[in-house]
Amino acid sequence: MDTEALFSIPQTGEPEAVTVTFDGSAFTVPAGISVAAALLVSGVREFRSSAVGGVPRAPYCMMGVCFECLVEIDGVPARQSCLVPVKDGMVVRRQIGAAHLDDASSGEEP
Amino acid sequence: MSNAEADLVIIGSGPAGMAAACEARALDMSVVLLDEQADIGGQIYRNIESAPTDRVDILGKDYEAGRRLASDFRNSGVRHLCGAVVWNVALDGSVDYVENGRSQQIVGRNVLLASGAMERPFPIAGWTLAGVMGAGAAQILLKGSGALPNGPVVLAGCGPLLYLLAWQYLRAGARVEALVDTTAMSAYVHAAPYGVAALRGWRDLAKGLKLLSALKRHGVPFFSRSSELVIEGDKQVEGLSFKRRGRSVRIPASLVLLHQGVVPNTQLTWSTGAAHHWDAHQLCWLPETDAWGRLGETPLYVAGDSRAIVGAQASAVQGRLAALAIGERLGIKTDAARREALLRQFKRYTHIRPFLNALYRPTDENRIPQDPGVVVCRCEEVTAGQIRRYVELGCLGPNQTKAFGRCGMGLCQGRFCGLTVTEIIAQARGAAPEEVGYYRIRPPIKPVMLGDFVH
Repeated sequence: MDTEALFSIPQTGEPEAVTVTFDGSAFTVPAGISVAAALLVSGVREFRSSAVGGVPRAPYCMMGVCFECLVEIDGVPARQSCLVPVKDGMVVRRQIGAAHLDDASSGEEP
Repeated sequence: MSNAEADLVIIGSGPAGMAAACEARALDMSVVLLDEQADIGGQIYRNIESAPTDRVDILGKDYEAGRRLASDFRNSGVRHLCGAVVWNVALDGSVDYVENGRSQQIVGRNVLLASGAMERPFPIAGWTLAGVMGAGAAQILLKGSGALPNGPVVLAGCGPLLYLLAWQYLRAGARVEALVDTTAMSAYVHAAPYGVAALRGWRDLAKGLKLLSALKRHGVPFFSRSSELVIEGDKQVEGLSFKRRGRSVRIPASLVLLHQGVVPNTQLTWSTGAAHHWDAHQLCWLPETDAWGRLGETPLYVAGDSRAIVGAQASAVQGRLAALAIGERLGIKTDAARREALLRQFKRYTHIRPFLNALYRPTDENRIPQDPGVVVCRCEEVTAGQIRRYVELGCLGPNQTKAFGRCGMGLCQGRFCGLTVTEIIAQARGAAPEEVGYYRIRPPIKPVMLGDFVH
C-alpha cells in the first residue's frame, strides 16, 4: 500500500482471517479487529483527505471522538472506521474531502 | 421508533456503566445498556472478553481486573445493545440511537450517562500529520488487535497512561525510541503539598514509581522537562524536535504518540443543556451534578470519567452509587451500609487524584498553542492564529468562532477543539474560561443518515 505499515500484528496463530479491499487492493487481516486497525496494519497511512485543505489524514484517537479515520465502507461515505469491525469481503475506499450526496446514493436505484 | 422502556438506560459499557448495571440489576431494576462499540469494556477494558492470555499478561493486572466486572455484567441479566450509536438524550429520559442502520428510541425512567474520557487535545505543530496519534489510540490498537509499532516510535507528553503504554510496549518486545516528557519542574513543586494525601493512595503511587523505574532499567531514553515540541514531516511524520535544558534535540520517528492526560467526554451532558463549570485542577469542563451524579431535577445521571476524571476503579464505584440513588428514586429500598462502604471505597481510589492533577497538569504551551500556524480545529482546519484574529475582531466565545470561520463545525462537532478554543479565547481576552464558555452542543451528537429513519 502507501508504504511500510505503522503497526503490525505479531503472528499468534489467530484462528480466523478476513479479506477486505482498500481502493481495490485486497488484504487479509485477523477477524474481530476494527476497519481502522486493519488499514493501519496493512500499510494505509492516508485514510482520507481533509475537507478544506485536501491534506492527508489518518486516525488520531481510535475511540470514535476525532473523526479523522473516516472512510467509505461498502458504498457509505464518512464512516468512523475505528468503530466498525471488519467483515469478509468489505469494500473500503479512501474518503476524498467531504462526503458527497452522490456517494451516499451510489449502489441504490432511485 | 419503538415503545421500549426500562427503569434504567445506561449509555457506555466502561467500568461506570457496567458496574451501575450490575448494581441496578441486584436491585431488580430493568436495565438496558447501549454502547457504540461492538464489545463491552469501554476504552480501559477494551476487548477484555476476547483478548488472548498472552496479551492480557502484557497489558497488566489493572487491565485483567476488568474480566471480573465484565463477567458479572454478563451474568446480571442486563439487556446490552452493542453497536448502538446514541444521537439524542432528552430530558424526559428518551434516548434515540441508531443500530444496524435503523434509528430507534428507548425511554428510560432514569438514564445514566457514562460516556467516559477522551484524550486531551495536544495541539502542537505537525499534530495533524499521518503518523501522529494519541497514546490512548495506540493502547486501544494493542488491546483490540495486539498491534505493535513497526518503525521508530516516540512517546511524548506526560501522564500515567503514557508511561503505562511504554511499559506495555517493552513487555511486548517493542522498541521505544524515546520518551519525551513535558512535565514541568514547577509541577513537582505544585504537586508536593498533595504528596501526603497521595501516600494514602500508596498502592497507586507505588505502581507509578515501579513503571518509571522499569522504563529506566530497560534503557528507554527519557527526556525529562522537554518543551517546544514540533512534529516534523511533510505528509508523514519524520521526527520530533524539542528543547531540553536550552538545547535542541531531534529524534527521527515514523510514529509519534502524544498524550497529556484525559478529559471527560462531555458531549452528551452538554447536549442535554446541563450546566457545566470549568475545573481549574483538571483544566476542563465538568457537568454540575448532585452528590450522586444527578443533573438538576432531571431523570439523567452521570457517572465515571465523563463526570470528572477519577480512573477506572473509582468510576465503577461511582456507577454503583448512582444506581443506588436511582433505586431510591424509583422507591426501591436500598442498603445504607452498602452505600457507606462504597463511599469509603471511592475515597480510597481517589486519594491520589489531586496529586496526579497537579503533577501532570499539562503546561500552558501544550494546551494553548502560541505558534499561529498550529491547527486547532482539525475538521475545518482553523488555526490558533485565526482564532486570535477572530477575538481581535470582537469574537467573545467558542460559539461565535463558528460564524467567523466554521471553527468547531466539522464532523467531530467540536469534541477535539472545544477545550483549546475556550482557552485560546480566554487567554486572548484576559477572561476566565467560565466567562468565555463553550460551544452550544445540539443533537444529533453523532452523524445520522436520513435513511436510518425510513427503515
